[in-house]
Amino acid sequence: MRVGVVTFPGSLDDRDALRAVRLAGGTPVPLWHGTHDLEGVDALILPGGFSYGDYLRCGAIAAHSSIMSEVVSEAKKGLPILGICNGFQILVEAGLLPGGLVRNDHGDFICRDQKLRVENTETAWTSGYELHQEIVIPLKNGEGGFIADDESLKRIEGESLVAFRYLEVNPNGSAHDIAGLRNETGRIVGLMPHPEHAVEAGFGPDTDVAMKSGTDGLAMFQSVLTQVVNA
Amino acid sequence: MAIIVVEVMPKRELLDPAGKAVLGAFHRSGIEGFHEVRIGKRFELHVDGPATESHLADARKMADDLLSNGVIEDVLDVRVEDSPA
Repeated sequence: MRVGVVTFPGSLDDRDALRAVRLAGGTPVPLWHGTHDLEGVDALILPGGFSYGDYLRCGAIAAHSSIMSEVVSEAKKGLPILGICNGFQILVEAGLLPGGLVRNDHGDFICRDQKLRVENTETAWTSGYELHQEIVIPLKNGEGGFIADDESLKRIEGESLVAFRYLEVNPNGSAHDIAGLRNETGRIVGLMPHPEHAVEAGFGPDTDVAMKSGTDGLAMFQSVLTQVVNA
Repeated sequence: MAIIVVEVMPKRELLDPAGKAVLGAFHRSGIEGFHEVRIGKRFELHVDGPATESHLADARKMADDLLSNGVIEDVLDVRVEDSPA
C-alpha cells in the first residue's frame, strides 16, 4: 500500500510523516511539489511545516503549486488525503475542506500535548479509532484558529464534518473547539495537531504508563491502509 | 510604468489578534483616541508601460483566487496608481 507525502519548500514534518507510514505498515513514497506526478499512490499526506514561509497566508501559495492540480483532481475521484497542520491549511486554501485558519486568538505560537476527542470514525483516516475515543497527540502552531461563518459552521455540524475536537483546552480559539475536519465523503481529513509525532513509544507524548510512550497517532496511518485494501 | 494596487482586509466580524496587539501598544504609548486597529495588506503589481483593462482583469482575478481568501478576508479595492519611478 503506497502512501505519498508531498514535500513543499518549507515543509518540516514530511520525513516524520513518511516514517509514520512505514511504522503503520505502509510503503512511504516521497513526492515533490514542483512536479505533476503523484506516482500512482493509493493515499496522500500533505505534511506540516511552513510552506513558502507562510507568506501571504498559511498554505496559500502551496495550494497553487504544480502538484496541487493533480491533488485536487484525484481528491475529486476519492483519493484518501490527510492534511496535517500546514497540510490542513493547504487543503482549506485549495477549497477541499471548508472554513479558514487564522492566527491563534492569544497571539502566541503554542506547543503542547493536546487531548482530542475523535468525533467521526467514518473516514479513511479515523476508522481505526472508537467513536468518541479520547487521544493525546502533539499540537504546535501559530495560526491554528479555525473559523467559518455561521452558515458554514451549521453545515459542518449538521453534516458531521467535525473529525476531531479539542478537549479540556481550546489552544487557539477555534470555533466549536474544532481541531480537524473531514469532507462529505470522509476520504479527506485535515487537522491541526500532529499524529505523526505520536507513532512510536519513546518519541510520543507522556502517558500515565511511561514518559513519551504515547502512540495515539498511529491509528490514523493504519486506518487508511485498511480503507485502501477494502476499497 | 504603472502600479495596480490591491487592498485586502480581514473581514470585519473576525477578531484581528495582530491589530489588537498593536492597539495595546498605542495605549502603552499614551495614545488613547483610538478604540480599534485592524491590519490589512496592500499589494503593488508593477506593469511595464500603462496598465490595461486586461492587466486589471488579471489583477482582479488573482485578488480573488490568491491574494485573498474569501472565508476570512475581503478585497477592498483594485485600482491603478501611477508609479513614482
